Amino acid sequence: MLRFIVRRIAWAFPTLLVVTFLVYVALRIGTNPVNSYLRANPRASLEKIAEYKELNGLGTNYVAGYFGWLTHFITLDWPRSIKGSREVFPALTHALANSLRLGVAATIVGVIIGLGIGVFAALHPGGHRDVTVNTAAFIGISVPPYISAILLQLLFAVYWSRWFGGTLFPTSGVYPPGNDGFNLVLMLKHMALPTIVVAIQVIAVYSRYMRSSLLDVMNSDYMRTARSKGISERRILIRHGMRNALIPVVTIAAIDVGAIVGGLIITENIFDYPGMGVYFLKAFGDGDFPLMMPWMVLIVASILVFNLIADVTYSWLDPRIRLD
Amino acid sequence: MTENELVTISPRRMALRRFVGHKAAVASCVVLGLFVVMVALSPITARYGVNESVRKPPNSFLPPQRIAWLGTDDIGRDIYSRLIYGIRVSLLIGLFSAIISVTIGCVVGAVAGFRGGYFDDVMMRVTDLFLAFPFLVALLVVRNMLGALSWLSPLIGDSGSIRFIIFLLAIFGWMVVARIVRGQVLSLKEREFIEAARAVGASRKYIILRHLLPNSIGPIMVALTFSVVGAIIGEATLSFFGYGPQAGSGTTSLGLLVGQAKGAVQTGFWWMALFPCVALVVISLCINFIGDALRDATDPRLDMGH
Repeated sequence: MLRFIVRRIAWAFPTLLVVTFLVYVALRIGTNPVNSYLRANPRASLEKIAEYKELNGLGTNYVAGYFGWLTHFITLDWPRSIKGSREVFPALTHALANSLRLGVAATIVGVIIGLGIGVFAALHPGGHRDVTVNTAAFIGISVPPYISAILLQLLFAVYWSRWFGGTLFPTSGVYPPGNDGFNLVLMLKHMALPTIVVAIQVIAVYSRYMRSSLLDVMNSDYMRTARSKGISERRILIRHGMRNALIPVVTIAAIDVGAIVGGLIITENIFDYPGMGVYFLKAFGDGDFPLMMPWMVLIVASILVFNLIADVTYSWLDPRIRLD
Repeated sequence: MTENELVTISPRRMALRRFVGHKAAVASCVVLGLFVVMVALSPITARYGVNESVRKPPNSFLPPQRIAWLGTDDIGRDIYSRLIYGIRVSLLIGLFSAIISVTIGCVVGAVAGFRGGYFDDVMMRVTDLFLAFPFLVALLVVRNMLGALSWLSPLIGDSGSIRFIIFLLAIFGWMVVARIVRGQVLSLKEREFIEAARAVGASRKYIILRHLLPNSIGPIMVALTFSVVGAIIGEATLSFFGYGPQAGSGTTSLGLLVGQAKGAVQTGFWWMALFPCVALVVISLCINFIGDALRDATDPRLDMGH
């Protein structure tokens, strides 16, 4: 087990290097960082331009340039953003904190409700509840997040105040304009709608996974054995059914992190929520290379980490799987 | 005699029978068929041109009424007519990019699954990586990269064209198909009839084309339907953020129409948001239902319960 983890971690580093190299090349070709720097700073001096190229590894060919960028990145000598010359690290951590809050909240809400609904549907396969849940989940999957976001915005930004007076959930930002400091109630209110949008996707996906996984388990031999021993139906469901049905679901949960990040990007943009998604799309629109690269490294690294977690939990939960 | 008649239903008939038993899928076929007819007859069914306004100004943001069934947008164009043109473009994008992705996906998946080894490893690693990445980010980065490579533009057009979007979505679409086909081929190639074909000296190409692919037709059809939805949604997502086909060329698409809704929401022009959203959801839902029913219909293992 330990050997497996060590080997996977050892593999993760070259993968990270290769992927970030590809991203570096793609961004260099696609967004033309030098041009976008000149566009943002038309009167930059020659020294400034040279410094920008040097810090971002943009001067020479791709391989040498990549390693030039990497050296500065690892030594935490990060270049500043091209617009307004902001420090990248505080901007990134700020965005990450906002996104994590939203992502974790939506995942927790979504997974709990989704798993509950999945179990609820699997108890009577083919019954009324099952068909309803299945159809609802199917519709949930077919609705892209921006559509549910737009419809919720329409409902809460316009019609709620028209019908009931006042605003229940604000539809943009983390705090109302002019608010200073920390305010939990306001923050939660602002998070409510984006959380619902992301959670809908999570619920739809997980209720289906949980249902099919639990159905597989329910038909297995050890369930029949447990029943024939006279264990109560409730205990069978919790001790034998749920525990085993969760194994594939946990794996999918860890692998699915990319999909959740994707949903966050879309949702954040519609609700003007200053997280990783707004950060990325803005940087991408500006061709802001110094802002984009650390973002990419963070995303790729987290995908690799979650994949590792998926493999490890899988073998830990299911003793039939031996990793090494 | 009667016993013989009972068993002579061909697998295709059985699949068809199972498909027809799926009520939601049949309803979806009808709805989708209606959409296709509306779109195909767009010179008759659309009431105005793509960029034609319904009447002289003031004509912007008219709520639904007799001269504009679904209201008008910011410069007075009929949303109903624009929806028809938009659905036409979206369906074309979905269909063509799905056909390209399925073709590439079948070839790569079949070869990777059949040959195994190094090619297989590399292919699956690459697809794993792409699929784990947030879809929108990968799409945007690759879009800009392809748009900047000027030697590619004779083939795929410039980055605002519909052709470009079709190719872009196909680049991502084939990976899903390749994984499905590969899985199917891996399980099929150990079967006796492949061994028999090899024993009589059939070439690798012959086995893939005549045995492996025809026997995977069920999963391939399912992958095709889901690729269509994937491409339609993908185009809509790109357009929503302004990276899709550009409106300047006079065309529109579902994604552009939904994207327009973004600005109209806060001001309460609900018809601009609601109708394009509903159209997109209905189309993707219908195709998803059909794909789901196809999967049930073509998977013989599911028949054991009946």
